[in-house]
Amino acid sequence: METYTAWKTLITAGESVSAWQRFYVYFYQAFIEKDRWQQYLQGVGTTLYVTVMALILGIALGVLVAVVRTAHDQQRPGHGNVVLGILNGIFKAYVTVIRGTPMMVQLMIMGFVIFSSSREFALVGALTLGINSGAYTAEIIRGGLMAVDSGQMEAGQSLGLNYVDTMRFIVVPQAVKSILPALGNEFIVLLKDTSLISVIGGQELLYAAKGVVSRTYEAMFPYIGAAVIYLILVMIFTRLLGIFERRLRASDRR
Amino acid sequence: MTGVNRMTGAEAAENVLTVKNLKKSFGGLDVLKGVDLDIRKGECVVFIGPSGSGKSTFLRCLNLLEIPTSGEIRFDGVSMTDPKTNIDQMRQRMGMVFQHFNLFPNMTILRNLTLAPIRTGHLNREQAERKAMELLKRVGLEDKAGGYPAQLSGGQKQRVAIVRALCMDPEVMLFDEPTSALDPEMVGEVLDVMKELAKSGMTMVCVTHEMGFAREVADRVLFLDGGVILEQGTPQDIFGNPKEQRTKDFLNKVL
Repeated sequence: METYTAWKTLITAGESVSAWQRFYVYFYQAFIEKDRWQQYLQGVGTTLYVTVMALILGIALGVLVAVVRTAHDQQRPGHGNVVLGILNGIFKAYVTVIRGTPMMVQLMIMGFVIFSSSREFALVGALTLGINSGAYTAEIIRGGLMAVDSGQMEAGQSLGLNYVDTMRFIVVPQAVKSILPALGNEFIVLLKDTSLISVIGGQELLYAAKGVVSRTYEAMFPYIGAAVIYLILVMIFTRLLGIFERRLRASDRR
Repeated sequence: MTGVNRMTGAEAAENVLTVKNLKKSFGGLDVLKGVDLDIRKGECVVFIGPSGSGKSTFLRCLNLLEIPTSGEIRFDGVSMTDPKTNIDQMRQRMGMVFQHFNLFPNMTILRNLTLAPIRTGHLNREQAERKAMELLKRVGLEDKAGGYPAQLSGGQKQRVAIVRALCMDPEVMLFDEPTSALDPEMVGEVLDVMKELAKSGMTMVCVTHEMGFAREVADRVLFLDGGVILEQGTPQDIFGNPKEQRTKDFLNKVL
C-alpha cells in the first residue's frame, strides 16, 4: 500500500519511473485498490448468470423450433397439419429476423424500447441473448436432424413405428453426436456475447472493467484483465464440453 | 395386363396386394406410368429391369415410402392411398428390406430387432426378445445379439435386417435390391435366407439383379421398363422364351 502511494505520487508528479514501477502502480490501481477485484468477481457472476439463463432459453427455443420445422418439412405431401403450418411460418420468420439483424441492435431495442422501464438489465440481457441464441441453436439442431441418413427414418417407418417414436429412438440419438460440437461452439459465442449487455446497463464483467477505467483513467489493465478472464471461462467451458463429448462417444463403442 | 388374367375368381379373392394404374412422378419426370398388379397370398414376385425403370420406386410406393402421384394400392382390402388409412398400422404388417440395410447403428442387434414389436405393442419385452433370438438362430447369428451393427459384415447386416422385419410378423415382405450392396461372396448367404422364406410361404415382392434367384424362387417374374410392366410370366417364360425385344436385350446383357 505504501509502495503504491509512493510510486503513484512519482508518476503523477511526472518523475521518471521504471517499467516495473509503472506496471505495479497500474495493476494495483486496476485490481487491488479499493478492493476493485470484487467488482470483476461480481461481473463474472452476472456473466455466468446471463450465460446460463440465455443458454437454457436458447436450447428450449431451439429444440422447439427445430422439432416443429423438421416435423413440418417431413409431412406427407397433401396431408399438412394446419397448426404445424402456422407454427412453422412463425418460427421461420423468427429465425429470419433474429439472424438478419445485429445482436447489438436487438439488445438496444429490447433494453431501450420494449423494456425501457425495466431496471432488471441483466435479465433483459439474458432474455435477448436467449432469443438470439435460440435461432442459431434451432438451425444447428435442424441441420443435425436432417444429416441423419434418410434410410434410418425410412427403416423406422417401414417397421410401422410412428413419427414420434422413430424420431425419439432412431433419429435424435444419432443426431445428438453431430450436433454437440456445433452446439458447444454456439455456447462459447454466447458466453462472449454476454459482454454486449453492458450497453444496456447489464453489470457483467466488461461493465465492471469499464467502471474501473472511468474511475482510474487507465484502460489497459482493466480491459486486458477482462479479456484474460473471458479466455479462462471459455477454456473451462471447452474442457467441460470435451469431457461430455468423450463420455457420449464412450457409451457407444462400435 | 396379360399374364394376370389367367387367375380364376377363387384365386383373385386371395389377393393380398392390388395395385391399380399406379403413377409416380418426381418433378416433371414420370417414373411410373401406370402399373397394374395383383399379388396373391404366398406368391413370390420378382421385378427385373434396367436401372431407372422404376422398380425400386414401385416397391417403395407399396408401403408408401413414396407417395404415389395417382392410382390405388390396396393391401388386404384396405386402401393404402386413402388419407384416412392409418399408414403406421398398415406398415406393421409389411416388412421391408433395404439395399443399404438401414440397421440402427445406435442400438445393439437385439434392440434393433425388438424396438418395433415392443413400441407398437405387438409383444412385450420378454416375448420380443425370445422371438428375436429364435429368428437370429435361424439365420445363424444368435451370438451377435449383443453386438452393434458396425461389427457385422454386409451379409450379416442384411440377414439381421431381414430378421428385424420378420420380428413384426409381416404378411408381406418387400425386398429392395437386398444383395446389391454386398460383396459377391456374401450374396449367397442372404439369398439362402430369402429362399427359405419363400419356401415357408411368405408373400414376397423382390426387386433384384440376381437372375439366378429370380429363376429359382420366383413364382412370377415381371420385366419393368420405362415405368410400365412390359412383360410378365413364369421364370421359364421370361428367361426361356421372352416375347418383347426389350426383354431379350436386357436378358442378353445381364445373363
